[in-house]
Amino acid sequence: MNGNTVGLTIDRKTMSVPPGTTILEAASAAGIRIPTLCHMKLEDLEYENNPGACRICVVEVEGRRNLAPACKTECTEGMVVHTHTPRVMNARRTVMELILSNHPAECLTCSKNGYCDLQKVAHDLGIREIRYRGEESVFVPDRSPAIVRDMNKCIMCRRCETACNTIQTVGALTAVNRGFRAVVATAFGRDMAGSTCSYCGQCVSVCPTGALSGRSHTDEVLKALADPEKIVIAQTAPAVRTALGRDFGYEAGTLVTGKMVSALRELGFDYVFDTDFAADLTIMEEGTEFLNRLRAEDADGERAKLPLMTSCCPGWVSFVEQHYPELLPRLSTARSPQQMFGSVAKRYFARLLGVERRRLVVVSVMPCLAKKYECSRLEFAVDGNPDVDVSIYTRELARLIRYANIDFRALPDGEFDRPFGESTGAGVIFGTTGGVIEAAMRTAYELYTGRPLPEIEFVRLRGMEGIRSATVDFDGKPVRIGIAHGLGNARRLVEEVLAGKSPYDAIEVMACPGGCIGGGGQPFHRGNMEVLRCRADALYREDAGKPLRKSHENPCVQELYREVLEEPCGPKAHEWLHTRYFDRKNGGTEDSGPEK
Amino acid sequence: MEKEIRNESLPSCVREKVHDICREHGCDPGELIHILHALQRTFGYLPEAVQEAVAAELDIPVARVYGVVTFYSYFTMVPKGKYPVSVCLGTACYVRGAEAVLDEFRRQLEIGVGETTLDGLFSLDCLRCVGACGLAPVVSVGDRVYGRLTPEKVRGILSDYYRAAED
Repeated sequence: MNGNTVGLTIDRKTMSVPPGTTILEAASAAGIRIPTLCHMKLEDLEYENNPGACRICVVEVEGRRNLAPACKTECTEGMVVHTHTPRVMNARRTVMELILSNHPAECLTCSKNGYCDLQKVAHDLGIREIRYRGEESVFVPDRSPAIVRDMNKCIMCRRCETACNTIQTVGALTAVNRGFRAVVATAFGRDMAGSTCSYCGQCVSVCPTGALSGRSHTDEVLKALADPEKIVIAQTAPAVRTALGRDFGYEAGTLVTGKMVSALRELGFDYVFDTDFAADLTIMEEGTEFLNRLRAEDADGERAKLPLMTSCCPGWVSFVEQHYPELLPRLSTARSPQQMFGSVAKRYFARLLGVERRRLVVVSVMPCLAKKYECSRLEFAVDGNPDVDVSIYTRELARLIRYANIDFRALPDGEFDRPFGESTGAGVIFGTTGGVIEAAMRTAYELYTGRPLPEIEFVRLRGMEGIRSATVDFDGKPVRIGIAHGLGNARRLVEEVLAGKSPYDAIEVMACPGGCIGGGGQPFHRGNMEVLRCRADALYREDAGKPLRKSHENPCVQELYREVLEEPCGPKAHEWLHTRYFDRKNGGTEDSGPEK
Repeated sequence: MEKEIRNESLPSCVREKVHDICREHGCDPGELIHILHALQRTFGYLPEAVQEAVAAELDIPVARVYGVVTFYSYFTMVPKGKYPVSVCLGTACYVRGAEAVLDEFRRQLEIGVGETTLDGLFSLDCLRCVGACGLAPVVSVGDRVYGRLTPEKVRGILSDYYRAAED
């Protein structure tokens, strides 16, 4: 026996593991699968949900009277473990039957059908009958603009609570009551719209059942597509193309840009455009805004509006409005790419087509649930007509493609329509953490120094660490950059700034771990960071393959400024492409008021 | 830095009391349960606005405060009656007919468990074992404990309190 390891046997395999290793971890390392429901560990995010609540992972340990929960039992020297004896299987089946005794048997119509952990474990255990019948909980489903909660399907694994409180530090969800009445809820059982929820959707990403799901708007899309009066336009966010293929058998991080475009055409969209175009536009505005603030500091030492904080992510914007309203002046006033696209489409493209804005239906395909909420904000509408009519997330697009029986893998690679399908590599990398600020630096550097960038890729801004920082040299002027992904990391970064410990000039925040590639609307990555890395690599690959890689070089963006917008951050650009924010610290269910 | 609490619905005296009690406990989130105990002793119950004020003082999500308040049966979000009635449903009391006694209180007071009568005189709760199993079934009203109760005795006990309230 070695002092630094513990030797044990699991299913007749001998192994040695570091002290403190649980049976579950040891088994997993040896390739032995033990089913779990509540346990979830996301190594890179330092997230672990391990309440030991579900009891599905019980195993038999020789010499021990009771079965042991593998997730909570540490390995000891000489331990002999059996993971699938008749006694273990009988216990697991009983546990599962007890869980299912209070679970609605509506798998066929459940939004998680086919993607549900509970369903999968029940299937693996071969449950054919539920012998226990008792009282059933009755909760009224809560439909917020982005997230639907049906607590009748909750198994109290508390993954969502950990995601909301530990990773995101949003604190909207908590376990309330006790015993049979115990449930995960918001404060005072209010609906999510009345809570501190930022709609990041990370709770939906980790929920093992149909208790938490994204609000679906596929019917609205189908209705618009069937209406001959409507001109239906799609815009697709960069992260979607890295993950959509998952539902059609492609490896994680396979770029399916061309097939996605073809699929949207097959579905009946009149125009298929790229949100990346609007991302280039965002860089023109946000980059210029950053330079204006930086020059104001150069001129009179005024740092009131620095660091500039990115505003592309509606989950992050909502978080600042609710938790740090004192920082609202630091947020870039530039709208998110989704809303810039909608604004240009409804104001300009409608005019090009010679039709009323109401005849256009702008559908965004996003990796995100918060984008649905963003569409519902009143400042992004004109006379009650929203700039973006419907936002659907990646899983919904996959659903539409299956619904229409489109053979995705057989589709030819299509091209985006012009003019709003034209984008640079800078717009593409918006989808991953560090991408927005890298894109902004590519443009800001050249505008500030008047000289071309010596090195186009800012490798130091890339990576998956939760908080990163780097200094970029603007011809002798050091520009200090902070990056955070995940709202918990964002909170830590913001607290440093407020304490005066981090004198950044620009900060990029994305609410979801990994950035948009890990968004609440993406195919579930279940904490597998390798999946996120593959998706990020895919975006950097697409960027590297683009002939143009700086937003200000996008010819269609240049033309748009010549034709209508005049100049970045000018009066016209301000009216069309910028927005304002609201202090929602105390409850703040009241919405954002009419457009200025 | 003192956090400003902008809770419009809370009278300033209540707000100050919450502030003082939180300060007495060092505004430490780990003291949440003690703080809630002290506040319930002071106000008799823990309405939403008080929980929101506590969350702001301790700089923690209000959902967490609400989670604690709903977890422990001692905490209540509705004002208790002048004479809080608690029926013991511990094992000994239960097997000796506590449920029938509880039903009689429900019928007489016309309220459910966890509720308070409209005149504010009585509230009705259940608890598990007061350590007087020899007297089962046991009911406490305020600080007084009644043992060996039967449904027939309930009306008499209540009328004593109605008379006391009139005096």
